Amino acid sequence: MNSHAATFQHHHSAHCESGVISNLLRHHGVPVTESLAFGLSGGLAFAYLPFIKINGLPLIAYRSLPRAIIKGLLAPLATRFRFETFRSPQAGAKRLDDLLASGQIVGLQTSVYWLPYFPPDMRFHFNAHNLLVYGKEGDEYLISDPVFEHPQRCASADLLRARFAKGALAPKGLLYYPKAIPQKQITPEAVRAAIRKNCRAMLPPVPIAGVRGMRWLAKHVEKLPAGEKHSADFIGQIVRMQEEIGTGGAGFRFIYAAFLQEAAQLAQLPVLTQFSERLTTIGDGWRAMALKAARMIKGREPVNPSAIAALLRQQADQEEAFFKDLQAAVK
Amino acid sequence: MDLDNVPQEGNATLGGHRKAVYARDASGRIVIAPSKGWEAEEIVTSNAVDTLQALAEAARQRVQAGAASPLEYWMCARRMDVPLLSQTSGYWQWRVKRHLRPDIFATLTDKHLQRYADALGLTVTEIRKLP
Repeated sequence: MNSHAATFQHHHSAHCESGVISNLLRHHGVPVTESLAFGLSGGLAFAYLPFIKINGLPLIAYRSLPRAIIKGLLAPLATRFRFETFRSPQAGAKRLDDLLASGQIVGLQTSVYWLPYFPPDMRFHFNAHNLLVYGKEGDEYLISDPVFEHPQRCASADLLRARFAKGALAPKGLLYYPKAIPQKQITPEAVRAAIRKNCRAMLPPVPIAGVRGMRWLAKHVEKLPAGEKHSADFIGQIVRMQEEIGTGGAGFRFIYAAFLQEAAQLAQLPVLTQFSERLTTIGDGWRAMALKAARMIKGREPVNPSAIAALLRQQADQEEAFFKDLQAAVK
Repeated sequence: MDLDNVPQEGNATLGGHRKAVYARDASGRIVIAPSKGWEAEEIVTSNAVDTLQALAEAARQRVQAGAASPLEYWMCARRMDVPLLSQTSGYWQWRVKRHLRPDIFATLTDKHLQRYADALGLTVTEIRKLP
């Protein structure tokens, strides 16, 4: 075991990418919590991507694209990361082993399906999972998967398969590690800039993203035929993307609310505390929608796509007002 | 969400794991709390898993009836569809679809089958028949 593995601290997180990056930065002495990493990168988002299918159902993202959280942190922290992808699995395996041997802790993008330590019901072909490798013992990698409460182990053949899975968002063996972390403090200006950036992401000029993406999704949901199995699967997909598979939508509202609470102090803007409370209420609205959808899928109430569409529009209206006010507050 | 509302309903699809959620404590600070899971989540995940399992079961029956090749069963059992199996194996989608026919599948050599075996995480022997 290398020296880093002995000192590495695993922290349980709500989301894989913000969890990986905050654990990695904390290991290198930068005091960032998961919520701070998420907020500073401007990670909150919404996108409806019907042309990317996972098991035949559209991708609905409640956060920015894979790698965006890590990349979004580079400017506020003046950090430099190295990202590497590989043509052959053998080259990818060798590079990981070399980096571990040199004492690095390495971030990886992987498939969820091919990681054996995931519970069977959670194993779907979702390729944008993130985890940290902090050591190797014999044929097993020591893994800090932030969505798990405790560190995990994974046989090298299994991890290799997960790193080189094919399909939508194929990771191509992506690994990353910090090159330089010159600055370990977070400035008030960086916090304000990050909030401004996130407001723009939620109020964009394109119809697939932000609050307009929610309304577009609502439009599609409304047209689903009430009696068909596919409609229930589609509604279930919205909720699964919201609560699970590393995209926890309502969860992200709560993470961002936690960030705003921290930002109130870091940026010396006490008004952000009120925004934090308001966003928590919006997050509760998403949870109420999930509950209603689940009741429909379970058959406790009739499948009613237009009721779900109405709730989606209501969330869109609230988030639109919220981000406009937030934008004005950090101007 | 307040700390008291953090669901601890024991979502079976989490396989005994707990997930981290953010909630307000009594003083209004938002903290991380481990959750045993939420029923709403369990319902939608089980629904998705059931849909996939039903597809695999239907494929098994078609294979037994001689209407489909074992490849169709394995594709469904691995939670894949034709586009994903095509991307993973490197065969064009029209070829994958052809290989789902039992008569065409029977003519495939070990070399062909090896590509499917690799894509599905199986051996050539396993892929030739139902489990």
